[in-house]
Amino acid sequence: MEENKKKNDLILIGVLLMVALAAYFCISFFQGANTKNGVAVVTIDDAEYGRFPLVVDTEERIELPDGSYNLLVIQDGKADVTEASCPDGICVNHRAISKQGQSIVCLPNKVVVEIENGEESDLDAVTN
Amino acid sequence: MKTKKIAYLGLLVALAFIFSYIETLIPINIGVPGAKLGLANLVIIVALYTIGEKNAFLLSMVRIVLVGFTFANLASMLYSLAGGILSFLAMCIAKRSGKLSTTGVSVVGGVFHNVGQILMAIWVVKTASLVYYLPVLIIAGLASGVAIGILGAMVTKRVKKVVNWD
Ligand SMILES: [Zn+2]
Repeated sequence: MEENKKKNDLILIGVLLMVALAAYFCISFFQGANTKNGVAVVTIDDAEYGRFPLVVDTEERIELPDGSYNLLVIQDGKADVTEASCPDGICVNHRAISKQGQSIVCLPNKVVVEIENGEESDLDAVTN
Repeated sequence: MKTKKIAYLGLLVALAFIFSYIETLIPINIGVPGAKLGLANLVIIVALYTIGEKNAFLLSMVRIVLVGFTFANLASMLYSLAGGILSFLAMCIAKRSGKLSTTGVSVVGGVFHNVGQILMAIWVVKTASLVYYLPVLIIAGLASGVAIGILGAMVTKRVKKVVNWD
């Protein structure tokens, strides 16, 4: 009985590992395409706050009505959150992003920085 | 509910609260929202195996609300609530099935806790790309689930030896 349970535990762990691995491969298949003219799109609570082209170095202090903030820095073609008021600091620890579909999310502040393709994707550039 | 049981439940609430506080002090910050050490889940597991589903659920909810008001903001509390409820339901189902040991039940709890949190986060900030964190979150929940499960079984054994409910 107990032995059976131990065996089932191991099967469960194996299945979960496989699910995680499968999810990882699916995701890396869809993510990580390099972008030309990438734009960092900032949304707060699902409302667009601003669009920042990665080619232009800037610093933007994203202020929320309740006094909390996130500091977005665009440098060397990458977007990064370097400072924030949130309690967990997860957005600050996140590494800089530059590829399409990558995002930095500050869940407590509901701030999302997501990389989107600029107007021209590789394909458009060719046909143009 | 007997006085002894109420006192025990109070003790568990306090313990869970302290564990959550310790968790905010340990920066296992890997830039992934929703990944937690799951120390508080140790208390939930012990409760589940000693004083039953109803009391364990009560404990889990009280902990989230207490911790939410003390160390987090409203949005964070919403994510924890989703994670806590989903994880608890999954653990109850896993336990009732009778097919898993404490370790297996705890693994189910750890994984569903992280999955619940990220699903709620996707819904709140309307950002589907948060699914990208799912693999890491499953692995993190799995690892902490194994550790918490082994510990939980040991603690449960000792508590049952010492305390006689009736
Ligand atoms: Zn943050």
